[in-house]
Amino acid sequence: MQPSDQVFVLLKDWIVGQSPIMLQPGVSILLTVVPILLVFPVLFALTTVLERKGLGRIQNRYGPNRVGFYGILQPMADAVKSLTKEDIVPASADRAVHFLAPLVLLAVAFVPYAVLPIGRNMVAANLDAGVLFFFAIGAISELSVFMAGWSSRNKYSLLGAMRAVAQMISYEVPLLLSSIAVIMAAGSLSTVEIVEKQAGFTGIFPHWYVLTPWGFAGFILFMIAATAETNRSPFDLPEGESEIIAGYYIEYSGFKFALFFLGEYLGMFAISGLGITLFLGGWSAPLPFLTWIPSWIWFFTKLLVIVVGFIWVRGTLPRLRMDQLMNFAWKFMLPMALVVVVAAGAWRFLPQGVTRWLVCSVFLAGAYVLLARGVETRNKIAKRTYRFAE
Amino acid sequence: MSTPFLILAAVTLAGAWAAMTLRGLVHCALALAVAFAGIGALYLNLGAQFLGLAQLLVYVGAIAVLIVFVILLTRGGDVDSPRLSPASWPAAGVAVATAVFAVLGWAVFHSNAILAPLAPAPQPNIRQLGVALMDGYVLPLEVIGLMLTAALIGAVVVAMKEKP
Repeated sequence: MQPSDQVFVLLKDWIVGQSPIMLQPGVSILLTVVPILLVFPVLFALTTVLERKGLGRIQNRYGPNRVGFYGILQPMADAVKSLTKEDIVPASADRAVHFLAPLVLLAVAFVPYAVLPIGRNMVAANLDAGVLFFFAIGAISELSVFMAGWSSRNKYSLLGAMRAVAQMISYEVPLLLSSIAVIMAAGSLSTVEIVEKQAGFTGIFPHWYVLTPWGFAGFILFMIAATAETNRSPFDLPEGESEIIAGYYIEYSGFKFALFFLGEYLGMFAISGLGITLFLGGWSAPLPFLTWIPSWIWFFTKLLVIVVGFIWVRGTLPRLRMDQLMNFAWKFMLPMALVVVVAAGAWRFLPQGVTRWLVCSVFLAGAYVLLARGVETRNKIAKRTYRFAE
Repeated sequence: MSTPFLILAAVTLAGAWAAMTLRGLVHCALALAVAFAGIGALYLNLGAQFLGLAQLLVYVGAIAVLIVFVILLTRGGDVDSPRLSPASWPAAGVAVATAVFAVLGWAVFHSNAILAPLAPAPQPNIRQLGVALMDGYVLPLEVIGLMLTAALIGAVVVAMKEKP
């Protein structure tokens, strides 16, 4: 193992060793937490430039190109702008809840990073139930979104919050079920152990779960559900500008608005990190002759690739309608996720070799075709019938 | 009693107290969510990882959101209704609470667990929990699963569109 791989771990151990015995636990905790609180917001700043540039290119314009070299310092200008803006609170708003909502959202967005292994021996808390911890904390963010929407006393923000909560609850089910397939295969809820189970190579192919039939299907389901869970396009109905202006954070201005953006992007990084941990082998290298590159570089490379994918999808796909969103979640994603769980079980008990590849692939492809056909034929265009508004 | 326990207990009790006394229904629901989260954190503090995280996932993530939805869909969260309860209710509440506490206390002090000598504290981990669920308790698990599936299908049937 090269020293470059463990440079941060060794540095932390050295600093902890230098400090007085009394302070060592405190210093150790600080040196674990503070880098997480610094690195991911910086990544957020870089991603906003990347996103605006990328969307600009997709939409045939330049994007930000005035501040700094090729607009790379745009986040600085954005930060100054949002810090100097007036903080407006609506007169009829519920001031306490209105103030607390962005703080709760941001706190909840940071906590899941505790269980993400961002490199070899680089995890803040190696919990036995890491994956469960991630989802338990993620569940709280629904409440903070509701707090923001309700406390603003604005019809649009309340509508946006209700949409967001309904969407997050619906897509949490396929998200959890597709992770269950990985948990079954790895036999552990610990994120560190799941990554270790995917180490090693057969020929030049790594043992990542995405390279199995059920893992591939599960990864796609996971990423779709993650897109919906983080309210990103094409699932950005909670902030659908053309219908409800900005959804649950209309009534936020200045730095509170920026905090909402930060929370949203942190949630996106965290859930992408979990996807990497579960399906893409965490910090392990994709090819056997590339293992000399430090593990944390691999993690962040994979993270950036996924973020670019998110941006690309946002620039390409139009927004869904509410009924399409719900139909897709309950009539396609949920049954497909259950099929993935069954396929993962079959994969575990079939003998190794070509047979299980064939059986699992045919099973998943058949289920996909049948489910897609079913959703397709149900959606015949007909006169709309109303139940309550006739 | 350690400091983390005291802090968590204070937060939980404050949340529960606020849930009882605040006037706005949505405020009560949010305070209740704080109390739920505090209980979850107390479980984690006691080393019961699975229980604590399940408490967070189910109570804060699902039950609190459900309560909030029910409040908003039925009568609107910002209706400040006048106090409806008659004057005799607090006394009745105290009487019921005392009775329940007395029964629970009696049951605890007469249970076999407290009379038997203290066994060394077990170190349950999630693997043991899973093995126990799939091994000794597989029948209750299956029965509960069947019941929940029936409830789910029932909910779908109730919510399904009526034929005109």
